Amino acid sequence: MVNLKIDDIELSVEEGTTIMEAAKKLGIYIPHLCFLKGINEISACKVCVVEIQGKDKLVTACSTPVSEGMVVFTNSAKARSVRKSNVELILSQHDCLCATCVRSGNCPLQTLAGHLGIYDLPFERQVTEQAWDKEFPLIRDSKKCIKCMRCLQICSKVQGCDIWDVQNTGAYTNISTVDNMPISQAKCTLCGQCITHCPTGALKERNDLPAIYDILADPDKVTVVQIAPAVRTAWLERNDVEPGIDTEGRLVAALKRIGFDYVLDTVFSADVTIMEEGNELLERLRSKKQMPMFTSCCPGWVSYLTMYHPELLGQLSTTKSPQQIFGALIKTYFAEKTGVAPENICSIAIMPCVSKKREAALESMNASGYQDVDYVLTTREMVRLLRAEHIDPRGLKEKPFDSPIGDGTGAGAIFGVTGGVMEAALRTAYKVVTGEEADEDAFKAVRDTRTQGRDNAINLGGIRTAEFEIAGKVLKTCVVSGLKNAEEVIQQIQSGEAHYDFVEVMACPGGCVGGGGQPIHEEAEWAPKRGERLYELDKERKLRRSHENPQVQKLYKEFLETPLSEKAEHLLHTQHMWEKNYR
Amino acid sequence: MSRLKVETPDRVQLTVEKLYKDLERHIIASPPGLCPVDLQLSFLKVCQAQTCGKCVPCRVGLTQLQHLLEDVLSGKATMKTLALIEKTAKNIEASADCAIGYEAAHMLVAGFDGFREDYEHHVKEGCCSVHAQHAIPCVALCPAKVDIPGYISLVGEKRYADAVRLIRKDNPFPTACALICEHPCEARCRRSMIDVSVNIRGLKRMAVDHAHADTVPVPEKCESTGKKVAIIGGGPSGLSAAYYLELMGHHAVVFEEKKKLGGMLRYGIPNYRFPRERLDEDLQAILSTGVEVHLNTRIGEGEGEISLKTLNNEYDAIYIAIGAHTDKKIGIEGENAKGVISAVELLKRIGDDDMPDFTGKEVVVVGGGNVAMDCTRSAIRLGAKKVGIAYRRRQKDMTALPEEVEGAIAEGAELYGLKAPHHIEADENGNVTALWVEPQIIGPIDAWGRARPIHADVPLMRIPCDIIIVAIGQGIDSKAFEDAGISIQRGAIAAAMTGEVQNAGGIFAGGDCATGPATVIRAIAAGKVAAANIDEYLGYKHIISCDVQIPEPDLADKVPCGKVQLAEEEAGIRKQSFEPMELCMSEQEACQEAGRCLRCDKYGFSALKGGRRLRW
Repeated sequence: MVNLKIDDIELSVEEGTTIMEAAKKLGIYIPHLCFLKGINEISACKVCVVEIQGKDKLVTACSTPVSEGMVVFTNSAKARSVRKSNVELILSQHDCLCATCVRSGNCPLQTLAGHLGIYDLPFERQVTEQAWDKEFPLIRDSKKCIKCMRCLQICSKVQGCDIWDVQNTGAYTNISTVDNMPISQAKCTLCGQCITHCPTGALKERNDLPAIYDILADPDKVTVVQIAPAVRTAWLERNDVEPGIDTEGRLVAALKRIGFDYVLDTVFSADVTIMEEGNELLERLRSKKQMPMFTSCCPGWVSYLTMYHPELLGQLSTTKSPQQIFGALIKTYFAEKTGVAPENICSIAIMPCVSKKREAALESMNASGYQDVDYVLTTREMVRLLRAEHIDPRGLKEKPFDSPIGDGTGAGAIFGVTGGVMEAALRTAYKVVTGEEADEDAFKAVRDTRTQGRDNAINLGGIRTAEFEIAGKVLKTCVVSGLKNAEEVIQQIQSGEAHYDFVEVMACPGGCVGGGGQPIHEEAEWAPKRGERLYELDKERKLRRSHENPQVQKLYKEFLETPLSEKAEHLLHTQHMWEKNYR
Repeated sequence: MSRLKVETPDRVQLTVEKLYKDLERHIIASPPGLCPVDLQLSFLKVCQAQTCGKCVPCRVGLTQLQHLLEDVLSGKATMKTLALIEKTAKNIEASADCAIGYEAAHMLVAGFDGFREDYEHHVKEGCCSVHAQHAIPCVALCPAKVDIPGYISLVGEKRYADAVRLIRKDNPFPTACALICEHPCEARCRRSMIDVSVNIRGLKRMAVDHAHADTVPVPEKCESTGKKVAIIGGGPSGLSAAYYLELMGHHAVVFEEKKKLGGMLRYGIPNYRFPRERLDEDLQAILSTGVEVHLNTRIGEGEGEISLKTLNNEYDAIYIAIGAHTDKKIGIEGENAKGVISAVELLKRIGDDDMPDFTGKEVVVVGGGNVAMDCTRSAIRLGAKKVGIAYRRRQKDMTALPEEVEGAIAEGAELYGLKAPHHIEADENGNVTALWVEPQIIGPIDAWGRARPIHADVPLMRIPCDIIIVAIGQGIDSKAFEDAGISIQRGAIAAAMTGEVQNAGGIFAGGDCATGPATVIRAIAAGKVAAANIDEYLGYKHIISCDVQIPEPDLADKVPCGKVQLAEEEAGIRKQSFEPMELCMSEQEACQEAGRCLRCDKYGFSALKGGRRLRW
């Protein structure tokens, strides 16, 4: 243990503890900006500077470990002056047009400037303008970038992709895409983790709300909205709303209030996904094809494989993602059932994901004869939509999802969390193989049950393996989230070090609940908490196996016939390949 | 009334003088990998501040150039801008009144010649072509990429054995480099920005003197791969490759032409600089990995020689590291006289403990490199009555390290500067009696910045002597390899940066035989590179790493402090024998010196990128 004094309070902490962590134990908050534990510990912004007795130069609290007898002042005149000066310098290169910024009200830089009482700047403002492709689903506004380096660290250390790089030296130092190439060619998977870890509005998704307002204003258009499982866990993460208000029913009611005609649940199409993907897995095992089969619900992962490992595309499940399955069914089966002409339907998906925007626009995603999904909004865009309508969720009466294809089982609900697709698939595969029902929780070994260390993105994802005996045969499974972890699994498989039958991959750490389209909480990872919500929803559902979903059973009876039928293959499957949208 | 006054610098002038020194030190410590256009702009600003303001080209021209360069850097320039910059700079160069203007413009013109591609990259791609590599300056400049801040901090904590282990991750010759490395690492040490570079080699010496290499066990070897690699040449490069290949699980078999291992470390560097028993410490550690050695074995087609073809058939890969051991001739009349010997020959005899006796002899050494100094100082120790050094340029133009030249002079050597050898005079028995030299004056400076000697209009000069040692460079004995079909370029074995020899799968080469005579650390680096690429060639990806934990930096303020220099035995004593002459620093000195390290591995850009490389 190391004894030290912070702001005249004595304490003793473990060796290796940083000054910032030690101060936190005393309830002393040291302001900081670039720091992201385990990911960006480069002490670049110099906001967390503190004074140490007997030392002239200030040190950064985020990166300096405590030492015996150290006497620290977090708010000495010098520390206060330097900290403020550094924030003023950062603001001199930030465009500070907070009123029109998506991060206004949720911006650590804005908060910090306010806390430090910076109301006018002594420096001339000089912002950097770099060109950007405004059509791409990921938008970077160089004028708001403070060069904290979090984006390139997340991309490299968590996702193993290195899309971002430092360009130039000296005062001309910038963040750019690697080799300064257009973002559309930089092999970006659009996982969006750089967005959710950016401390300013420099990174965001393409704003598709203006198009939505136009559609809502068009009397000829019938709007059909689907909501992904993870969205319902994160749509009301506000401090001014008491817990328990954020029910699925109120979310449906809110969207109806805005004026959407039909609100459907992606959990339904997740159940359909399981019917197809589960049977596909069994078919592949039967026909002794190259194993493992990889899941294909996550477009971040699918685009990663397409761009970085095209040699493995043949092992990717051909089943489309729940979003795209729903898209194909809405403009065919649903249109038929409701009597709405498919050309009049505008299909909108609300997703915890940025990559889904590109997925919906892929040329191959038009099995219905139309673009299957017209627009994808992130959870954040939907929250902005609700805010723009001044909808108070407390005053809403709960409403059910629309039918005839609106309801899903517990199995579909857990699609939004790492391990969920695997567990849902196993529940159904067991039934198909044995003819008997397994206990709903028989496969919970694939869940991420760690209680410690999931507080930052670098630890949040993980690799979990499990083996299950089904009808005398052992099925080897692997569940992984975070693309760097996924790459590790690929390496293990390709080197022959590991053998699996079925591998579930989600690009974002923790799964869709930690998706790049989810609400942003500075220095906190909400994926574990949101994931628990999905497991609760699973537990609460009367039906917890996809094949038990009566609407799914009806869909097959009336329309698709059987899983992997010709019609199902046409509408619900795709041969993954490189498309020009990946550029 | 007073008409005149004695001028003394005022406070402003004194402060500016001090700032000049600060800037000089900043330039010395300039890190590699900066944007050259940005630097050019900064230089231009300094030049502009020197302008008196009288003339148009300098006053206005330099200002406009500055704006144009800013446009280039901020992405506003077009190819027309570049043309305008070049034209304006040339016009200023042609018309400025004094050197302030035309030399400033000349720097810009020279920059355009040197890195036009980068200017164009800025215009076309909107960014610099040089990638940010503000890695740790000392590591960046060490050919073997040794973890310098790491071992300095270990020495600071008296963890000498750990320091040796850490050095060995990248360099299996810690002792050799502690004693005789030319320490390119110190050239741009960031500490120079405060005062002067850290004595890096001295701190390494501290480590190997307190934890001798043969007492620090080598790391555990990887599982045997069953592959065999032939290493031709038992010098620093060959043995470095052998060491790492053994650690990777391959079997390294060294073929050495001479009686003993060590190459130039034994046959080029005399005992007083690098004692044999210290060389043996490194050799023992290297051999403890299981390297197999065949001494007195030459590669070639001759009798008792092993052919390259045989090796190629019997081994999975070959590394050629034969060094540069042949002598070069001056090419003057009388060179075949008795008493004219080459540096290579002399140092080889000394290396084999076959000491010639120079008692009472007058010796002249021809040359100005480190080898010439080794010969000079060896001749003194062999009992010579008088030793002179004949060199065609000036003392300051010598390629030898300044401390070597000064050491030789302190030991009594006579320096004949600006004296080009003309012919050698011999008596009727063919024995050398004198070296005739042609006096020179120093002349124009060539493109590389070296002043060229030119003929002086004075008569030849006679330097009487009994022995002449020719130390004007070494060549490579590459004939046998050329005959075996290995491609040769300018006498050297044509190997790529990766060590691969053109059109010869499985054959690698490196060190002096591929680059021409260079430094020990470059030879070691080549051996390391070859080991890695031979491993790849054999189909493996073995990792060399070191699990020594590096201490955290201390938080002490970095106040200016002098650099500890290693002391030497006094000249009068050391010149009497081949006993080692350099003394290690004390523990007190080592702690202070280690504390001067700024830990660039922890601070600055390396916290983000280009920091410590734990494995290769």
